[in-house]
Amino acid sequence: MLKRMTISVALATAALMTAGCMATPKNLDLSLAKKSASGVYYVELLPPVQAPAINQMHSWTVKLATADGAPVQGAKFLVDGGMPQHGHGLPTQPRVTREREAGTYTLDGMKFSMTGWWEMKLSIDGPQGADKVTFNAVVNNPSAR
Amino acid sequence: MKTRVIWAFAAVAAFTASVFAAQELSAPLRDKWTAEEVATIASMRLKVAGERPADFSNAYEQKAEAAALGRALFNDTRLSKNGQVSCASCHSAAGQFEDGRQFGQGVGTGKRRTMPVMGAAHAPFLFWDGRKDSAWSQALGPLEDPAEHGGNRVAFVQLVLSHYKAQYQAAFGPAPALGQLPENATPNGSDAERAAWAALPAKTRDGVNRVFANMGKAIAAYERNIAYGASRFDQYAEATVRGDARGQESLTHQEVRGLRAFLNKGQCVTCHNGPLLTDHAFHNTGVPPVDPKNPDRGRIDGLKQLLKDEFNCLGPYSDAKPEQCGELQFLNTNDAGQLGAFRTPSLRNVAARAPYMHAGQFASLDQVLQHYATSPKAAIGHSELARPGEKHAERQTIRLSATDIQDLAAFLHAFTGPVVQPK
Repeated sequence: MLKRMTISVALATAALMTAGCMATPKNLDLSLAKKSASGVYYVELLPPVQAPAINQMHSWTVKLATADGAPVQGAKFLVDGGMPQHGHGLPTQPRVTREREAGTYTLDGMKFSMTGWWEMKLSIDGPQGADKVTFNAVVNNPSAR
Repeated sequence: MKTRVIWAFAAVAAFTASVFAAQELSAPLRDKWTAEEVATIASMRLKVAGERPADFSNAYEQKAEAAALGRALFNDTRLSKNGQVSCASCHSAAGQFEDGRQFGQGVGTGKRRTMPVMGAAHAPFLFWDGRKDSAWSQALGPLEDPAEHGGNRVAFVQLVLSHYKAQYQAAFGPAPALGQLPENATPNGSDAERAAWAALPAKTRDGVNRVFANMGKAIAAYERNIAYGASRFDQYAEATVRGDARGQESLTHQEVRGLRAFLNKGQCVTCHNGPLLTDHAFHNTGVPPVDPKNPDRGRIDGLKQLLKDEFNCLGPYSDAKPEQCGELQFLNTNDAGQLGAFRTPSLRNVAARAPYMHAGQFASLDQVLQHYATSPKAAIGHSELARPGEKHAERQTIRLSATDIQDLAAFLHAFTGPVVQPK
């Protein structure tokens, strides 16, 4: 059953990609937990519990750990991102504003001004060294019915 | 913006499932749309905008006394250097609260196209370059702009406190004691005006600024009640969402073809999204500058002005707490893409307000659409539009035929609705 659903999803995606210009690329990595580019950290992004409206400012949670899972305290972050399909950056300059508990940080000032594929890039500077990680998020309109 | 967006993190699948199932529940509709298109059309309905969001920086915006004073100030030509210019001179209540001119015409001639008042209460940033972050702060700018009202705050504050004292106090309480004031003084004017301003005690300057800020807050309270009304597009969108076949007749076949192009090959909805048909953001789309030797730098300069503005959300005359000034706290000041970028205007009532773009460069919607079909190189900064023939990994070129342009131009007329304003 799961396999069949996956296949039908792939077909539907292909249909959309030929139909519209705004379609999200196939095989986009939408995982929100991954190793940083050089493998120094394991980073997890947690979206807000209630999905925000377009253009509504909101916060995410960043969980930072070493490659083997130990929480990393006292890290500094730079946040960047934007829409590769439209050639513009984030409408705001989000910041990691505080470390709520060991290795759990609050990312404030996030805003998506339109639907589609957004990149969220973190430059991490922590005790284990500097590394980067890029996440992909796809923002959609709510279903009309 | 009460409607919540849906996230698709686990799989791209979330929005692609049952793509063609949208109209299954009802009688056959005249125009078929995919579920994703219906969701986009639904998100563009005016009613999705909901109540105008509160402006925490203006504690008086919902006060009737402030709105009444604001309306009087909006129409008072004494608030100008030559006694002939009011806000209403360029923002005419008889039309679209703009002037139909390429450049605003006040005491002098401005450099940009006048923007309409409707929709301002929903915008986080005002003016084409977003150099203001509230409607009340925006209203103060033209009063001291030498090309617009051409006046100064000390003269205006004295006028308000002599001609509108009772109305002012009804809205804002007792006016500060200002003592003896020079006839003209401001930190922004001529050498003499700036010298006169600098000579005032700090407490007096603060009192003048307070009354001046309240003038803006009163005007914003009036402007808050000026809004877009529903258009034929909104009727069509509602009918399409509800599965009402007859309701879809509110758009012609040509307009529906234009809507299809708007959502797909024209890529218009990318930036002209949501109920006000704007993403409230700033983009460089390569619109040709009026003076190629001295191109307008747009948002990148607007950012600098916004940050140093004493009347911004974090300033001493704002009623907001610092944490309520999210747009300023998280302002993106480090984006090279802001060079030559301008605010995405609403497309509501767009057919009723030629000419177009930040300096009225295009006389007609056809010319605007032709610009996007051509997607020229930007004269300053970099256009976000992929150029024809350009190989870009992610972006796709806008390709519009002559017929597409006609259909889109026809469709854009369907965004025209009434202007709702106080009687």
